Amino acid sequence: MISVSLSFDLLLAGALLWSAWRTLAARRIDLAIVMFIVFGLLMTIAWTRLRAPDIGLAEAAIGAGLTGALLLDALGAIRRKKSPSKDNA
Amino acid sequence: MKRWSVILAAIALSVALILAILELGPAGIDLRLPVAENMASSGVTHPVTAVLLNFRGYDTLLEVAVLLIALFGILAVGMEPLPSLVKPADPMLQRLARFACPLVIVAGVYLLWAGAFRPGGAFQAGALLAAAIVLLHLSGLWPGWGTPSWRQRLLLSGGFAVFLAVSVAMMGFGALLEYPQAYAGLLILLIESGLTLSLAAILAGLFLFLSRDTGGNP
Repeated sequence: MISVSLSFDLLLAGALLWSAWRTLAARRIDLAIVMFIVFGLLMTIAWTRLRAPDIGLAEAAIGAGLTGALLLDALGAIRRKKSPSKDNA
Repeated sequence: MKRWSVILAAIALSVALILAILELGPAGIDLRLPVAENMASSGVTHPVTAVLLNFRGYDTLLEVAVLLIALFGILAVGMEPLPSLVKPADPMLQRLARFACPLVIVAGVYLLWAGAFRPGGAFQAGALLAAAIVLLHLSGLWPGWGTPSWRQRLLLSGGFAVFLAVSVAMMGFGALLEYPQAYAGLLILLIESGLTLSLAAILAGLFLFLSRDTGGNP
């Protein structure tokens, strides 16, 4: 049983590092934001594994949810600003 | 060449940090025992809530103030409104948002109530309620916010005001932010309810004031 939880933790740690790397290395900003949200959700699982469900809840709601939505909205605002002619169509 | 030296330096730093963490001794002060001993006088049964709102209420009070000041900063910049979204949202998305919102609100209120005895609390509940507002806004059902009205201002600062008022009113019983044992549970619930509403408004405000899209697509 120990080996199962250990292998899950190793997988989780690997996935965290991978998603963090993808967030930083993505060339497209929208992909980077989606990977940031994925990182936040994996971090939620990691906090739960560390028996800190309170932090996990906050991470899921604020870190992954609201921050991700804010970043996506900011990206949308930047794109709208860059092409203002489309808005009036 | 430069790339590899940066990668090597990063790996060396990670190894050094990991070694440093492995070498850390046990924590100098173990606060678990004092918290467990004083749980009975905190008014709640979940240790995290007891620490956040009773033993270290000062930190939580200032955290809320920081969030409020961050929102003031955004409002002070005073950006011009942008034209509304390019196209009205998908009716399917609007339908889903209408369906999801009541569930999110129920989950938020549950988290607020659950904070007294299990993981949950005002911050998480507020974030959920804010997420519901953001969802409605993104699907075009809730217009963005322009200059806040009096009612909105009251809502934004209400949680902090209630927290401060309760802690000042309780000064007669002892120090600031100290609750009498008999009413501690009730007072914490009152503070958390105020905080939930205010935090929802503040977190959603970060989004809706910034969106500068006061038209919406009703």
